[in-house]
Amino acid sequence: MSNVATAPAGNRQRPRFRLSVLGPLIALVLLIILGASLNGNFLSVGNVANVVARSATMGIIAIGATFVITAGGLDLSVGSMAAFIAGVMIIVMNALVPSLGTGWGVVIIGMLVGLAIGAIAGGINGALITAGRIEPFIVTLGALGVYRALITFLANGGTLNLNFQVADTYGPVYGGNVFGVPVPIIVFAVVAIIAEIVLRRTRFGRHVAAIGSSEQVARYSAIKVDRVRLATYVLQGLLVGVGTLLYVPRFGSANSSTAVSWELEAIAAVIIGGTMLKGGFGRVWGTVVGVIILELIGNILNLQSLISPYLNQAFQGVIIVIAVLLQRSRRTAN
Amino acid sequence: MEAGAVLLAGEGISKSFGPVQVLFGVDFALRAGEVHALIGENGAGKSTLMKILTGYEQPSAGRVLVDGEASVLPGSAEAEHRGIVLIHQEFNLAEQLSVAANIFLGRELRRGLLLDVRAMHARAAQLLAELETHIDPGRPVSELSVPEKQMVEIAKALVREARVLVMDEPTAVLTARESEVLFRQIARLKAGGVAILYTSHKLEEVKAIADVVTVLRDGRHVITAPTATLSVDQMATHMVGRDLSDLFPPKTIVAKSETVLEVAHLSVPGRVTDASFTLKRGEVLGFAGLVGSGRTELMEGLVGLRPAQGVVKVKGSPARIKSLEDASRLGLAYLTEDRKGHGLLLNMSMRQNLTLLGLDRFAHGLIDEKAEERALDGAIRDFDIRGSRTVRVGNLSGGNQQKLLLAKTMLVEPEIVIIDEPTRGIDIGTKQQIYGFIDRLARAGKSVIVISSEMAEVIGLSHRVIVMHAGRIVGELEGEAIGEEQIVRHAMGIEGMGIEGKKTA
Repeated sequence: MSNVATAPAGNRQRPRFRLSVLGPLIALVLLIILGASLNGNFLSVGNVANVVARSATMGIIAIGATFVITAGGLDLSVGSMAAFIAGVMIIVMNALVPSLGTGWGVVIIGMLVGLAIGAIAGGINGALITAGRIEPFIVTLGALGVYRALITFLANGGTLNLNFQVADTYGPVYGGNVFGVPVPIIVFAVVAIIAEIVLRRTRFGRHVAAIGSSEQVARYSAIKVDRVRLATYVLQGLLVGVGTLLYVPRFGSANSSTAVSWELEAIAAVIIGGTMLKGGFGRVWGTVVGVIILELIGNILNLQSLISPYLNQAFQGVIIVIAVLLQRSRRTAN
Repeated sequence: MEAGAVLLAGEGISKSFGPVQVLFGVDFALRAGEVHALIGENGAGKSTLMKILTGYEQPSAGRVLVDGEASVLPGSAEAEHRGIVLIHQEFNLAEQLSVAANIFLGRELRRGLLLDVRAMHARAAQLLAELETHIDPGRPVSELSVPEKQMVEIAKALVREARVLVMDEPTAVLTARESEVLFRQIARLKAGGVAILYTSHKLEEVKAIADVVTVLRDGRHVITAPTATLSVDQMATHMVGRDLSDLFPPKTIVAKSETVLEVAHLSVPGRVTDASFTLKRGEVLGFAGLVGSGRTELMEGLVGLRPAQGVVKVKGSPARIKSLEDASRLGLAYLTEDRKGHGLLLNMSMRQNLTLLGLDRFAHGLIDEKAEERALDGAIRDFDIRGSRTVRVGNLSGGNQQKLLLAKTMLVEPEIVIIDEPTRGIDIGTKQQIYGFIDRLARAGKSVIVISSEMAEVIGLSHRVIVMHAGRIVGELEGEAIGEEQIVRHAMGIEGMGIEGKKTA
């Protein structure tokens, strides 16, 4: 009897569910077909590698955002945090040149500083949200302002430039290849694979989704809600650090307009990938696809001459709205 | 009390969701000034029928007649416009808005361009006073208790001048006394010519207040008859299609076994004062009392879900329980009364829900999904959970959700199980099963605490009953002394001797 009542719901939601599962992949395939038909160079190894490598920093940050959003949170500070981390890394590395030279030692210290600042900044966000009981939106909006001001202050309104010799040493971290594969792609892939496994197949990942689905149920299931939530922000901060490690060798500088509105792009990628903005369901691979979709739109616009590349964000905006429409069709199926 | 014209009717109503048919040619008629009870097991199609009659769903075949005319009610707004109001089991209230704002939602009183807040407050206060609910109309709904919210829903229907009031299990969340208030209002509305359709699993209550009863089983109409011509047993038999003579399993006799839990002077600030009790191995200990008497809060304090002071000993050794995790480690498990809000992740499948509490048993580094599936196989078998494994838990029937919640809790193999309202909103067949599970737990040497507002349940299951009133333990009854009257007298605060409390099943 009971299964009579429950079966229809299951049958009704299945086709829509699949659509929303495959939605981002279908969009990606359509974009690739479109790109290939517009420009013969589009599918060249060089172009594909370039697109993926350039999306690595944003991708890694968006993977962090996937965890935060799945747990029902939000982090608006990742863009300014990235700029701030890049600025401090450059200052630290430049300051160490007289004593340690321009070799890998300086670069490695710079990288560790970057990771540490990311983790600490994420920890501060998380602590204010969990222990301080302040809305994530408010906390991270505040942090967005603070880090943006700090990078402007550190650069004294101008631009911080990495010492040229250090930049030469550091360069291969973005521009180098291992077995012909660009380093940023390898880092991106490793982070994505580990993150997907963590979210899908570990206790932590299950708890993240449970908290996003219902904080009360999580609490009544002996889950340490605050600790898990804090961990998602620390992870987000750490991944902002990892992303910035790839950003610094690419440009070798940081200023007040570095990484502006990355937080929105990261959230957009997460949503396009099918993670629920309200929390409770997330998928890392979807976010990876989302990031690549956003990067491809810009790439395709640059490779053709019919439509102005200045319309890039308009296309991104349309894609985001379509993605949310797909999500809604899934929600109403319940 | 003679029933008047047919206000709302369904002819040959069928409904399918995809390939699955849930209603089969059901005929139904609701008359002015009549209280009509719709009963049946969970999944019998009651909710679907009510939704079709009130325009929330469209029938696959058959038609709905309003005032004798075939009508398409394209949505609840159109139905409400015609005076047909459905009160959902999960309320439809804007939690952050005030009581008055909710009551007048969509029909706000205006003075010129602005809202006439004062008039709305005054009218809301007057309506609530008629409903014997003395709450400030300015309070946000989120601060109200469940029965108060119910009264706000009814006030909302009154403002809409409902001619047909449809209520989905209105008394599931009410105590006997609160139900009395509701029944008085129902009688008042009925006298005013309103037609009332409602569902309930409490057959005694149906017998007491309904004029006509319609039984559905497996989506089919079984019988419609004046309530006076059917006994409660006959109703149950029609619902289930089989005899239900022994709802409760025979009680086992607890041997002189050791005390597994000792609670002394436990207080939960503002909720529970100085509660002391003990629990033996193999015992079913009932906790009775009115809603709000502190039973749930006491147990939540005991298992670390609320801050509490007091001395707790588990198997003779002092225990410090600061969190639910501490409680789990000591073999204590608590099943919440609020299975949707606190018990289950409604957007996830059975597997993730089943293992959420005991996830460390399945995660050695990575979660072993095959082991989870095997555990689910076992739970489905042991607890007779029906429904698709892949469906979201929110789409399961209440009975199956409750069984899943039970399975989830038992997965951590607790020695002491605290079950808060084990059968709220559950059909009688599933109830019987759950009573069987509780009995089996006790026989297996576990100790069970059952909090229940259903008197029959407390009496039928418990070896010993503790009664709470206003945050204190006011009585303890054992063996033959466990009786409805004694419990009610204690629950009302002893000196409140006038027991007008009607029997509830």
